[in-house]
Amino acid sequence: MMQAGFVAALLDPDLPVPAGLVAPDGAPAGRRFDVYRNTVAGGLTRVLEAGFPALRRLVGADFFAAMAGVFLRAHPPRSRILMLYGADFPGFLQHFPPVAHLPYLPDVARLEQALRDSYHAADHRPADLGAIPPEALLGCRLRLAPSARLLRSAWPVRSIRAAALQGGPSPAWRAEDVLVLRAGFDPEPHLLPPGGGAMLAALIGGATLGAAMDAGGEGCDAAAVLGLLLAQGAVAGVECAE
Amino acid sequence: MFDRVDRDLPARAGVGYKPQHFSALLENPGAVDWLEIHAENYLGDGGRPLAQLRHLAGRFPISVHGVGLSIGGEAPLDADHLARLKALCDWLQPASFSEHLAWSTHEGAFLNDLLPLPYTAATLARVADHIDQVQEALGRRMLLENPSTYLAFAESEMAEVEFLQEIARRTGCFLLLDVNNVQVSAVNQGRSAEAYLDAFPLDLVGEIHLGGHHADRDDQGAVLLIDSHAAPVEDRVWALYRRVIARGGPKPTLIEWDDDLPDWPVLEAEAARAARVLAGAA
Repeated sequence: MMQAGFVAALLDPDLPVPAGLVAPDGAPAGRRFDVYRNTVAGGLTRVLEAGFPALRRLVGADFFAAMAGVFLRAHPPRSRILMLYGADFPGFLQHFPPVAHLPYLPDVARLEQALRDSYHAADHRPADLGAIPPEALLGCRLRLAPSARLLRSAWPVRSIRAAALQGGPSPAWRAEDVLVLRAGFDPEPHLLPPGGGAMLAALIGGATLGAAMDAGGEGCDAAAVLGLLLAQGAVAGVECAE
Repeated sequence: MFDRVDRDLPARAGVGYKPQHFSALLENPGAVDWLEIHAENYLGDGGRPLAQLRHLAGRFPISVHGVGLSIGGEAPLDADHLARLKALCDWLQPASFSEHLAWSTHEGAFLNDLLPLPYTAATLARVADHIDQVQEALGRRMLLENPSTYLAFAESEMAEVEFLQEIARRTGCFLLLDVNNVQVSAVNQGRSAEAYLDAFPLDLVGEIHLGGHHADRDDQGAVLLIDSHAAPVEDRVWALYRRVIARGGPKPTLIEWDDDLPDWPVLEAEAARAARVLAGAA
């Protein structure tokens, strides 16, 4: 028996059940093969439902299940670590015509994926910045925690997610930059002040704190960004030139 | 060749660990003397899952149960995945490592199911080769679990028990006897669960699984049992379990409940029921 034929029929319910698969009396397997089809599709759909709860609220449970069915057949998991399955979901949503009228969905999916990534990321010990004089800190590079994720969106992605999960009024239509941080075990999406996204992108890219603040631009509230990082213990390391 | 043999699981009752039960389990483990985890849920880099596991490993013997190695796959074993399993076993030092007589990957895609195999000489050679590689990599003997099956292969030339016995003989692996799977497969394959169990080499069994199933129908209207792990163990499966313990003596016994999770006291009561059977045979 070639497993290729088994897999093709498993993922495509329109294909006939492969020859040679039988019931105990020798009759063709028929619905018995569907048990495997249902287990594969149902199991992966549940993984996506657990991973993208806000997305599911936004499109409705039935629509989500149907969409998950299309996605999982086109993008079956490449890893056996299913708790992170769905990294291709945002890209899929971007080109899935039935949701073309909801252009913010891919970013909502990216935020939910970032939260899952953060949940399973490596632990770290917050760096102690107290010993470094404030003026010297500007010349230092800050290494963020492995569980930190930056998402810069043209949509109010954090507000949309919160409204989807907790209810409340429709968010104001503005761009939102979000930093996911995990102070303990539960990641939180933090809304960044204006310029904060650009500043953090530069910091993550390896710029010194001073250069990152410049990248944040005129109106950047660098003190608020730095305060957030320190309050959440999100700096894992500091590297200062002599 | 192996510096660890899987003899450290106590011949008492355990349950499949679910994070939802963390606090209740620690507060009142009751009849639960050991825990089993699905390896793939603990292959992240950190966070709550690994912190909980570290904590639990200080209190309970742990069995690592893989669900994604695809030991029956036509392709070579995934070396990266095997390395991750080894890293997990190296720090956790579990009492046991087990996997399934099944396959789940094809050309890099992971299908998240335990798919069936034809029992032929070619399958036997491939599975034995893969088990050799796993045992070599992990430096320990593994346990191989009998599957739940819903259909058969016209090309099969061996009975399942005979197949498992030969795998164990060639590789030195032990067997994990899932009594619920025996009942599910017996009904679905039109064979006798008692005859299957009476032929099973119980001296090679390092662990027993008990779990729930539900009933469906095939195209001819025949009963088709589905291995759902979403319900209590059926009375019929308890009867088969008592038969196994009466013949083979006490074995580490796990209650598997993976979906539609009950509150902790319900799961603990299932473990207590298994513990009573074990105590009666001791």
